[in-house]
Amino acid sequence: MTAVCGTCPPVVMDRFAWSRSSWPRVCPLLSGTDTTVETERESAGIMVEHVASVELPVDERLKIEKYRWKPSPDKDGGGRFSVVTGIHGDELEGQYVCYEVGKRIREHPELLTGTVDIYPAMNPFGIDSMMRGIPAFDLDMNRIFPGQKDGDMNEYLASLIIQDVSGSDMVLDIHASNAYLTEVPQIRINTLHQKELVPYAESMNVDLIWVHPNATVLESTFAYSLNSIGTRVLVIEMGIGMRITKSIGCQVTEGIFHLMHQMGIWAGKTGPVKKPIISTDPDEICYLNAPRGGIYIADTAAGDEVEKGQVIGRLVSPLTGEIFETVTAPYSGWLFTQREYPLTAAGSLMGRILKRG
Amino acid sequence: MREEMVMELPAIYRDAFRIRSFLFGEGEKSVCIVGAQRGNEYQQLYVTSLLVRRLRDLEERGGICQGKQICVVPCVNPYSINAKKRFWTADNTDINRMYPGYDLGETTQRIAAALFDVAKVYRYGIQFASFYMPGRFLPHVRIMKTGLEDPELALKFGFPYVVLHVPRPFDTTTLNYNWQIWDTKAFSLYTTETNHIDETSARQAVDGVFRFLHTQGILKDRIPGGYFSEIVETPDLASVRTSCAGFFFPTAGAGDRVTAGQKLAEIRDTYTNELKEELVSPVDGRLFFVRNEPLTYQATAVFKIIPQGAEKRIR
Ligand SMILES: [Zn+2]
Repeated sequence: MTAVCGTCPPVVMDRFAWSRSSWPRVCPLLSGTDTTVETERESAGIMVEHVASVELPVDERLKIEKYRWKPSPDKDGGGRFSVVTGIHGDELEGQYVCYEVGKRIREHPELLTGTVDIYPAMNPFGIDSMMRGIPAFDLDMNRIFPGQKDGDMNEYLASLIIQDVSGSDMVLDIHASNAYLTEVPQIRINTLHQKELVPYAESMNVDLIWVHPNATVLESTFAYSLNSIGTRVLVIEMGIGMRITKSIGCQVTEGIFHLMHQMGIWAGKTGPVKKPIISTDPDEICYLNAPRGGIYIADTAAGDEVEKGQVIGRLVSPLTGEIFETVTAPYSGWLFTQREYPLTAAGSLMGRILKRG
Repeated sequence: MREEMVMELPAIYRDAFRIRSFLFGEGEKSVCIVGAQRGNEYQQLYVTSLLVRRLRDLEERGGICQGKQICVVPCVNPYSINAKKRFWTADNTDINRMYPGYDLGETTQRIAAALFDVAKVYRYGIQFASFYMPGRFLPHVRIMKTGLEDPELALKFGFPYVVLHVPRPFDTTTLNYNWQIWDTKAFSLYTTETNHIDETSARQAVDGVFRFLHTQGILKDRIPGGYFSEIVETPDLASVRTSCAGFFFPTAGAGDRVTAGQKLAEIRDTYTNELKEELVSPVDGRLFFVRNEPLTYQATAVFKIIPQGAEKRIR
């Protein structure tokens, strides 16, 4: 049996008998009107757990959901793998990855040898309203971790998220850049956690591992909060906001199954993975910022190799037809970030080049 | 009064983005005063406009001390105010989370860098700030505990309270924090309002700034009045949180004295108007912050109270 998804090589899987009876059935955070919905889902064989839930003013609860896959008890090696996405509401590439992972497990649950938790929407409010942050609060959710149990609503939610995810043997926090830029699939690692995380990141089938210096402001991210209490988190940036790029989603899904296999959570065979470029020197990354506002017409694509002096795009005026600025590559290298959103202001990022040679 | 351009960025379909500064007096760069940084900071913009007007008059009358220069930047973000967006129009980033800025970086990093380049050379930095939650405050001077803070100096404003705030990771990219790191004595001034103009607290703020500038030998005229400020540390504030969501009806306002057990607000069901929760004060004290929105979420700090005895007088 093979699971095929469009653009990437198939995963070859074995077939085992498997029982669903070991699934947990009770969600401790459920209350009141939620129960009806839950029963319907449960009868359809779906178990959704609530990580956190708060009351909203008018006839609604805000719920952060997770789906837990459990192996049959005789196969359970005790490992736990968590896939997290949707901390930024405008980043949807992870939606496809969560779906693909769930779909493949659903097709071959007998290959599961550990627990897999899927958290597809940590910021459901943001996803619903096409907003990066938390609407109504105008707050970047990735700046409030680890949260506070007796804090304000969002800090309370953050603390429950950390509590729920902590203890996983591996957590993937999937991001999708923003609405402006395309990123080749990459894992970003804080130098503080480099030694621990790079070996895992190498199994993830990404193109790049970018090890970056710490900054105090980053200490309030989901990944930092968990890594600093000993729960390993890999942060993936991939594709572009507000879109799904199937090829990238499949590439990373392959990586997830590969890593899960290595960690003894998935018994299915997995194919070879890409050997990523590892960048640890901040000086080898060149940022291309727009010198002025204009409409940016890109002449390259994310992942292109560029030569020094090569034209990579133009900042133009639709009003007069003139070219404000022809943007050329200041170095030869690999364009791993590329601007897609045309409207550009002075300073807007047009791309990043990993210098070569 | 001299006008200078702190920054000008051409845009494609809008007028150029401009930050202007107004300079008074000549000599040592003594104080830089910054107004609105976010699109809803009308009160902050208003207060700085009052300062510009009064400083211009003062300068004409010779009221600025010899060898002292004052810089006022009423607005760091005209684009967002004009478009009625709280944060940066194009990407929703917050300029006050971009300091010290980066002149070759993204747009809001460049804006922060341009302002900071001007502002960091001054001895004192005063910023009119706003809180992330809508509500009314007791007027106060806020300083961050970076280890470089100087609470005694903050008393010179004569505001009712001086609040010492322990910075969290995300505070390290604010103007106030970076001013202190760059050796400018920094003060954030909170008046009662943000997206409405409150004349009384605006004038109180102007007087406070002028009082401070007089005590530091920058302005000649003494400003009578003012408070013997109480000093409070943010961890000592008591919060009153909602345990449910609904209509929020406060029965007490910022500045009120309250006693433990006193009713502070009702939360009512948005469909049936039934009483869902009665919030009471956990302590004797003074209401420092009161949220002022008609609806509240669950787990929301709608009141912050200065408990009796939490004030630390330096004198
Ligand atoms: Zn993100």
